[in-house]
Amino acid sequence: MQRYLVRRALVTIPILFGITVMSYFIMSLTPGDPVQMLINPGMSQADVEIKRHALGLDRPVHVRYAKWLNELVHGNLGYSYSTGAPVTKRVGERVAPTLTLTVTALVLSYMIAIPIGVVVATRRYTWIDYAATFLAFLGISLPTFFLGLAGIYVFALRVRWLPVGGTMTLGGDGGLLDLLLHLILPASVLAVAGAGALTRYVRSSMLEVLGQDFVRTARAKGLAEATVLRRHALRNALIPVVTLAGLQIPALLGGAVITEQIFEWPGMGRLTIEAINQRDYPVLMGITLITALLVTLGNLLADITYSLVDPRIRYE
Amino acid sequence: MRHRLAVVGIVALGILAIMALAAPLLAPHSPTAIDPTTFQGRPSSVHLFGTDSVGRDVLSRLIYAARVSLSVGILAVTMYVLIGTSVGAIAGYYGGTVDLVLSRIMDIMLSFPPLIIILFAVSVFGRPSLWNVIIVLGLLGWPAVARLVRGQVLALRQQEFVQAARAIGASDPVVVMRHLLPNAMAPVLVAATFGTANAILVEAALSFLGMGVQPPTPSWGNMLTDAQSLTVLEQMPWLWVPPGFMILVSVLTINFVGDGLRDALDPSLKL
Repeated sequence: MQRYLVRRALVTIPILFGITVMSYFIMSLTPGDPVQMLINPGMSQADVEIKRHALGLDRPVHVRYAKWLNELVHGNLGYSYSTGAPVTKRVGERVAPTLTLTVTALVLSYMIAIPIGVVVATRRYTWIDYAATFLAFLGISLPTFFLGLAGIYVFALRVRWLPVGGTMTLGGDGGLLDLLLHLILPASVLAVAGAGALTRYVRSSMLEVLGQDFVRTARAKGLAEATVLRRHALRNALIPVVTLAGLQIPALLGGAVITEQIFEWPGMGRLTIEAINQRDYPVLMGITLITALLVTLGNLLADITYSLVDPRIRYE
Repeated sequence: MRHRLAVVGIVALGILAIMALAAPLLAPHSPTAIDPTTFQGRPSSVHLFGTDSVGRDVLSRLIYAARVSLSVGILAVTMYVLIGTSVGAIAGYYGGTVDLVLSRIMDIMLSFPPLIIILFAVSVFGRPSLWNVIIVLGLLGWPAVARLVRGQVLALRQQEFVQAARAIGASDPVVVMRHLLPNAMAPVLVAATFGTANAILVEAALSFLGMGVQPPTPSWGNMLTDAQSLTVLEQMPWLWVPPGFMILVSVLTINFVGDGLRDALDPSLKL
């Protein structure tokens, strides 16, 4: 088990390294010369060259990359082109809202998918099965922004149960209930697509497990169906589904971009859009790096959880 | 029942394709023509779905937008399937360091949340446009396919028909192209179908955010941009419900077809 974990963690390192290389490569493609942004019109060409040399921008690519990486490791991601604030600060204050939204959505999608998936696995080919399958397809086919807009239309404008956006009511005191009310719609919208895909996976995984011999043995022993399902089938069926949580994370972080935009949620997704409109490349780079990091960590966590949950894999 | 869904999907896709190809014949007005008498006009006998904020006919734009979505879906996917199949086949067939390096690259690229990296790439490219979107999607979408192909090639490599081909002296490219790939393509086809659905969703999202197809060219995504205003959302549903519905239907039908394909090509994966 230790060896597996160590090996898995070691593989992550070149991946992280590669992420920085690739991010730097993309950043170097961005148009615009950083020096141009810093000079004033009165400077002569010679002065510009001196400035360029001082910033180290005339050194070859790998040297620049090494310097950048060095800064990165020390926590310096550069400064925002638009506000001048350190990128780490600007992105940092957006991480919590995005995580709140994404984690809630992830949990919600599992809370929807697992019960439904299990129920339809036991009632294959009945109308419930077909209805659930159709709904699952609907879930993965609905564009998030359409669902979000429709959600706002129905729940905030027509029925007026839920707020239109933001994280808290203006002029209100905030508080947990307020936050939750604001969280419901965006998190649900974000959860739908994941729930759709997950339901089908849970169903298929459950079906596969139910077909196996040990389930037949359990039934033959005379155990109640509920016990068979719960103690024997479900646990095994959930194993691959757990790994899927890791794979959901990139999609959730991406989907959050649109959801945050529509619901005016102050997270990293919204920041991405703002940064693009402002051509604020350092911030974009920061966001890209941080999200890639989150994804990699998520995958690592999923693999570790998988090895904890499935004893068979530990001994490979 | 499942197969009925797939058939419905194919029929619906056919209708969509006709809509895209025959747009000039079907649309009552030009998608970019401005009617100065009605801005954000309600549906009427002249404009069956009303007009948008600049006075263009919504129905015509809806029909022409099918072209955008279908072309993105098909072109981007073709591009990344070609790239991904090549890379995956090379990685799987030659193995060793080549495989190690290529697999790491795939892992790294798959670590970036797709929408964020796509947004980044589109903004780097300069002014967003349909072709930018197609190229970016095409260039960034290959790792998933490459992984698939690599897995298939790895599995098939040991089989006897491959050894037989090598025994009669077939060179590497021939072995790969004529023997390995045709047997590996089934999951790729399924992935390509689902990929088309995804590409349409991504293009719609990008256009919605203003980073994709720009007006006046109609795209279902950019027809939804106006709906971010609460006034439009609440009082002018004819502006945003039809395009959203069209996206839903297109993607849904493609997913049906993909699911049917998966059942047909590999029953062991039957969900």
